[in-house]
Order: sequence, then C-alpha cells, then structure tokens
Amino acid sequence: MSSATAILLTAVGVASACALLGSFLILRRMAMMSDAISHAILPGLVVGYFLANGPNLLAGFLGAAAAAALTVTLVEALRRTRLVDGGAAIGIVFPAMFALGTVAVTRFFADVHLDTDAILFGNIEFVNFDRLIVGDRDLGPRSLWVMGALGVINLGFVAIFYKELKLTTFDPGLAATLGFSPVLLHYALMLVLSVTSVGAFTAVGAVLVIALVIVPAATAYLLTDRLALMIGLSVAVGAVSAVAGYQAAVALDASIAGSIVSATGVCFALALLLSPSHGLVAKAWRAGRNRTRFAAEMLLVHLVNHEGTAAYETERRVGHLREELRWTAATTDGAVSAATRRGWVVRAGDRLALTEPGRHVAQEALAR
Amino acid sequence: MIAPPTSSTPPIPPVAHPTPSPQRAVPPVAAVGTPAVSIRDLTVAYRDKPVLWDVELEIPAGSLTAIIGPNGAGKSTLIKAALGLVPVAAGTIEFFGKAYDRQRRIVGYVPQRSSVDWEFPTDALDVVTMGTYGKLGWLKRPGRAERDLAARCLEQVGMAAFARRQISQLSGGQQQRVFLARALAQDAELYFMDEPFAGVDATTERAIVELLRELRARGKTVVCVHHDLESAPDYFDRLVLLNVRVIADGSFPETFTPENLARTYGGRMHLLAQRFDGAGAPS
Amino acid sequence: MIELLRDLVTDYTLRNVALGSALLGVVSGVLGSFAVLRRQGLLGDTLSHAALPGVCLAFLLTGSKAPLVLLVGAALTGWIGTLILLLIVRETRLGEDAALGIVLSTFFGFGIVLLTLISKRNDADQAGLDRYLFGQAAALVERDVLTFAALGGAALALVALLFKEFKLLTFDPDFAGSLGFNVDRLSAGLTTLIVVAVVIGLQTVGVVLMAALLIGPAVAARQWTNRLGVMIAIAALVGAASGVIGATLSFTQEGLPTGPTIVLTLTVFVALSLAFAPARGLAWEWARRRRQRGTLAAPALAVEPKGGRP
Repeated sequence: MSSATAILLTAVGVASACALLGSFLILRRMAMMSDAISHAILPGLVVGYFLANGPNLLAGFLGAAAAAALTVTLVEALRRTRLVDGGAAIGIVFPAMFALGTVAVTRFFADVHLDTDAILFGNIEFVNFDRLIVGDRDLGPRSLWVMGALGVINLGFVAIFYKELKLTTFDPGLAATLGFSPVLLHYALMLVLSVTSVGAFTAVGAVLVIALVIVPAATAYLLTDRLALMIGLSVAVGAVSAVAGYQAAVALDASIAGSIVSATGVCFALALLLSPSHGLVAKAWRAGRNRTRFAAEMLLVHLVNHEGTAAYETERRVGHLREELRWTAATTDGAVSAATRRGWVVRAGDRLALTEPGRHVAQEALAR
Repeated sequence: MIAPPTSSTPPIPPVAHPTPSPQRAVPPVAAVGTPAVSIRDLTVAYRDKPVLWDVELEIPAGSLTAIIGPNGAGKSTLIKAALGLVPVAAGTIEFFGKAYDRQRRIVGYVPQRSSVDWEFPTDALDVVTMGTYGKLGWLKRPGRAERDLAARCLEQVGMAAFARRQISQLSGGQQQRVFLARALAQDAELYFMDEPFAGVDATTERAIVELLRELRARGKTVVCVHHDLESAPDYFDRLVLLNVRVIADGSFPETFTPENLARTYGGRMHLLAQRFDGAGAPS
Repeated sequence: MIELLRDLVTDYTLRNVALGSALLGVVSGVLGSFAVLRRQGLLGDTLSHAALPGVCLAFLLTGSKAPLVLLVGAALTGWIGTLILLLIVRETRLGEDAALGIVLSTFFGFGIVLLTLISKRNDADQAGLDRYLFGQAAALVERDVLTFAALGGAALALVALLFKEFKLLTFDPDFAGSLGFNVDRLSAGLTTLIVVAVVIGLQTVGVVLMAALLIGPAVAARQWTNRLGVMIAIAALVGAASGVIGATLSFTQEGLPTGPTIVLTLTVFVALSLAFAPARGLAWEWARRRRQRGTLAAPALAVEPKGGRP
C-alpha cells in the first residue's frame, strides 16, 4: 500500500468514526465536551505509556479512557455543586488536565514519541511508517487497523443503542421512566467518544478531533430534520472533507490535518449559506418574498381594524399610513401597490378601500 | 476596588416616597388630558410570524391597567416593544405625547423576575441603586445621594432589613420587591411591570397591591402584565385583553365580559366561562 | 527564599516572565469575571483558537514579527470568529456549544494550514510564530511586557470607567436597554476587551490554556465574596499570584514549562476556593451535612441557608 493511500484511508476512517458520534453531541448540546475530552486524555495517554514503558497502544487507550472518565465525572460533579455553570466547569477541568499532561510529557518523554506539535495537530503524514506487526507478518499501517476497529465499534454502538440514544437525547425524563438510564447512556457515549479521541488524537491531534466530531454533524443538522439521515450525512460530510482536505494539502504542501478541518469548515459554511431549509440565502429570499406580502397584510389588518370607526376616513389615507405606521415611503408604496395588484384594496386618489377578498385575507392573517 | 461599599447603612430619613430628584430635565406630563401611553398601529413580528397585530392602545394618566391574555399573546412583547427592546415592524408609540427616546427618564420598568441570574454577586441595595443609572447616564458613578434614594425605596417595599443581603438568599417574593424598589428608584411617572405577581407569597402580593395604590394616589400610571383573572378587578382600574390583537380595552365593567374573555382565550373559553361564573359575573 | 525574592527583582529573565504573567493574570482575572458571570467562560477558548489564523495572516501580509502587529491580526480574526459565532447562534438552530466548537476548530485548522505554509517558505524569519500555540512565557522580553502593560492597562482603565455599565449589562441587559444604554455596543465593547486579554495570553500560555486563565480566577474569586467589585479584585489577585508563582516555580524547577505550571497553580487556587471558601465552600457543606446526619433530628427545613445558594 502506498503512503498516500494509507494516509487517505486513515483520514477517511478517522473522520467517519468521529462523525458517527457528533450528531448526539450536537443534539444534546454537549459539543464542548468533545473539546474537553480530546484535551483531557493527554495525561492518561502519558501515564499509560509511562507504565507500559513506551507507546503501547492498549496502555494508551486504558489510560486515556480513565482520564476521560475522570474528566466527565469532575465536570458533572462541579456542575452539580451549582457553584459553577456548565461552561466554566469544562473550562476549569480540561486545561488543568492538559497542563498536567504537558508537564508529564516534558518531564518523562522529553524527546520521545510524544512531541508537543503532535499533541495539537497529530502526525498523519507518518502513518505508513508505524506498522502493525504480528509475529513476523506486516499487516499494514497500524492506524488503519485502529481507526477501522473504532469505526466498527462506533457503528455498532450507534446501531445497537440507536433507540435508547434517540430517546435519551430528545426526552431524558421519559427515557428514565421507561427504564433507560440517561446517566448510563451519557457515560457510555462519553466513553466511546474518549476511545475515539485517542485513536484520532494520534492521527490529527487534540484540537482537530473536535472539528471532526462536531462540524460534520452540525453541517448535517442544517440539511435534514431526521436523525438517521443526519448521522448518515455527517459521516458523508466527514469522509468527503477527508478526501478533499487531503488533496488540497498535497497540492499546497500544507498540513493534512489542518486542511481536512478547513474542508469541514468549508462544508459547514456552504450548508450555512445554501441549505434549502435552514440556509441563510434561502431564509433571506423567503423573508424578502414575505416582506412585501406581510406589509400588504399589515395594511389590510390596519384597515379592517379601523373600519367603522370615527377616524376611518383619516386612517385610510395613504399619506396617513406613513405617519402612523412609521413606514418609509418605499415600504408604504410597496405595500399599497402589492395590495392593489392582488385586488385586496381599491385606491381612489389618496384613499384606500378594502375589497371583499381583502377583508378575507385580513381575517385569515389575524387568525394565524 | 471599584464600587466603594459603604460599610454602614446610611441613616434613612423618615420619608415615605422617594423625592423627585432636582435635576429632572423633562416635565412629566405634557398637557392635561394627554394619555400616558398612546400606541397606534403597532405590529411586531419575529421573522414572518406576527406577535402583535396592529395594536391600538391608549392608557390614561394616573390609572392602573392590567394586560391579560393567554400564553403567547404578546403581553411581554408589548411592553418590550414600548420600551424599545424589540424591533417594531410598524406603528408609533408615545408616552405623554412624546417618543420614548425623549421620555426615558420618566418611564420605569420591572422585568420578569426570572429574566436575570439571581446568583449574580450583589446585594439588594446595589440592585435598587441600578434604578438610578438611567438618570446618571454614561460614566457617572452612583454616589451617596443615589444610595440614600435606593435605601428609601427598599424601605418603601418593606425590605430595609435586607439591604445588604446577597440577592440569591432572598425569597422569590423578596426578589420581586427588590425589583419593584429598583423601579421606584427610577423615580418615574409611568411604570411597566411584567408579571410582578408571578410566584410571590401572600405578604408580597399585599405589599405590591398597596404599592400600586400608592403610586396611583401620587398620580403615577402603571401598566402591568397580569396572569390572574380573578384578582384583576380588585387590583386594577382598567383592563386590556390581548391576544396578538387588542380584544378589549377599557374599564372593568365594559371589558370584563364573558364574550370578551372567550374571544381572548379562544379554544379554552369553556373552561374560562366556568371559572368566570365561579368568580361572579361583573355588574 | 530570600534569594528567590532577590531574583524576582534583579534577574532579567525571571523579572520579565513574572511581570508578564502577573499582568496577564490581572487582566484576564478582571475580564474573566464578566465573561464567567455572563456564562461565556468558554468564549475565551474559542477566541484564543480563532486568533491563530490572524497571527499567521498578519505575518504573511507584513512580514513582521513585532508583537503588536501579530496581536492586531489575532484580535481581528478573534473578532471575526465572534461574529460568526453570533451569526450561527442567532440564525440557526445550532446551540451555543456547537457554535463555539465549530468556530474554535475550523479557525484553528485553517491557522495550522497557514502555519505549515509559512514554515515551508524557508524563511529564516518564520521561527517564533509557534510560540503563539503553546505560549512561551519563558521567552518574554521587556518589549513584550511593555506591550502587555499598555494593552492591559488600557483595558483595565476602560473597565474602571464603564464599571457601572458593564455591571448592569451583565446582571440585567433588558433593564439596561430600557434605561437607554446601547446594549449591543456595550456587549461588543466587553467582548473586545476579552479579546485583548486573550491575545496577551496567547504568547504566555498558548491557545489551549488561555481558557483557564479567564475562567479560573473568576470562579475562585466568586466563592469568597458576594460583591462584584470585591470579586473582580480577588480574581485579579488570584490571576496575578498564579502568574508569579507559576513563573517562579517553572524558573527554579527543571522540566516545568511555564504556561502549564501557571495553569496548575491556578487550578490549586480554584480547588482550594471551591472547597474551603467561607459559606460556599464544599468542605463546610459536607461537614454540615455530616453533623446533621449525626444529630439525626436536625430540622432541615428550619435551617437558614448560610451558603450563597438559595
């Protein structure tokens, strides 16, 4: 296998495994927990390696999982004291863990396997040099196996607990009464996330794990309203970003991890702007189309409300509208011409009179 | 370091009401007969959804008015629109015949109690002192005079003993009274109150009612979002029934009718009619 | 000990590092107090990450490594990040947590792309940009300290001047608006000052640990007092003490990088405050509950809550 293929496959694997979990974090409003966990596993990783006398994968996973569990527990405990709010609890715990990890790295591994740059952006460039060797057989790049396994674990977790995850995400109270412990699932999700973070950590580093977990899922959330579709879309966005980011990095000779994350950012920006249902452009277009109609409706409601009152003769004057509704000349003209065009009002000189359809539209608007 | 705390509570002179501060710039009432609040053709929309539709309202000076309506009727929005806190799609709002920008100093506001974080590190007196910030304007610090005024306002709502109490340690009713005292410290002519009776104890409820009557006796105008139909006729002079539009606006006998209530509450009219009968039909 | 104190005054390196860290502690303690009370503690985390592409772009465009130039770049992209954050929160159904994470990670990823591009230009001058990643308090020189002092001093002066307005904005923005204060502008002003604190922190403790410097002092201080002014003063003190103690420890001990040591010192202050602060401390609460369980008949309902919680 060529180095390029190994890198590309690893990248797609990392992105897909992370994206699988992202939807639940986004919907549970816990996106920043992935920030906390991906940083906080550092001391666990270091202690694991230290105890195993080297970068032993299993020891690293165990140490990181322990550190993640500690982080989640500490954040929850701090939150429960009600002395600190949720965000601040996260902001106290993870920098402390990360600082502890950094100190440990400089003390114990000054020039070994965990240099500080790799902590922040990983070294996916070198995945092909780290081979998984069982006995005498070279089974290929180790990270590929790791990410493949994590992908399977995450897929299994989401598939098996789909119903429970969905329920505890949307209605934790109901889930609890039905016997699905939201707390247990919370910790299970955090555990899977932390294991994924360790795998991704070595490939793309601490900060970029967050991007791969959150950004594809956030992108998908702007595109669909269905959970299953959202999860599928997040994985697709993650995989596409991995491929596109890799190509861009090769073309520019820039950091692979950085450009994969930039690619997820581009995907998100595109969805934010162009999503047919939730995009800014579609919204602005709808708002613009509705604004004239809404202004016309306001005009009709105004007329209906004043019909039969003493002041009606004044209230129905176009000139009066500007004064009373505080509209600009353009808005007033737009509303009046829109209403006239649709046959909702008839204009005689400066005066407006409601038509029967116009009255009907006003009643409907009021009933809305 | 920055807000100089006074270690001893300043002596409270036996004055019942906050005296109008001498530097008042705007004469409160423009002309006799000018309504305190005059809202014309007010429409407020969040995105495309109208929250208030062409609202017309006149509130006479010196009255106590309740705004009543179902959830989502736009009661709070009406107050916030009047105070310029939410954007307005159409319409004019005037206080004593002038735009709000020119009348800010004579308008007081009591937001919903739940709208702030009561864990904020401050005490009751300090919160009440915030009522004077509007008249102080930018950069000027509250001094002795402002704190004395705040202390008198706290006393007026029966909270003098709690002046230095951290606000999270006050009961819900006491917190509400602190908010009322803060509005008093604004030394306004016209008060907007958003659900002042929500979730308060009986003592506080009585205190608020007394305060409202006293304000009326001093010629002030009060507009209150209220949630309780039964107590409304006892507490207020006038009623505005609101459900996106104004359904009725006037004195209780003319507005407080089963028909109007049914129109205001729509689908829930049956329930209300029963409740209405229980409360006794108005004369 | 005496020797150490003498070093603090006379040793050029230690003096600069300690002074720079203390300044950072004061500025981030003061501004962090407002951020934490507005429940925006993690905004600092996002801002510090969003500043990285700014540092790189400023260098790419000007070729200068002067701290002020790079800090202006950092502040600019930090600000743009904040605007995008607001846009996401206001215009989509994504939560604030997601918005924070999105801005934080994508800006940082883009920053890393820029960083690798710069390092591949074979420009001897590029070295030193990565100090904005991990922070290199140990490399602070007099020019940095003077820059900090000017920026931080200006920020603190503005807080002192607008204390009343910032307090009102933080406690009750609606009421502030009803009094005629421009809430959006005040809020933008406060965020700008937080950006200043963050860019000062980048050079000293780096992107990851900056969040702690904004949040930690404020959380520690909040436990000791129920008054905003006092809280801010204590937060400044805790920040400064963490800076000086952390810098000194790192200076005297082998293998203790400065930034992490400052953060760990700060964490100790936070833990002690949460545990032992009078009234609110968890240790007292724990003891109280134990005593109550011991006497069994303790009428829990009649007990006046002594803590800061309702």
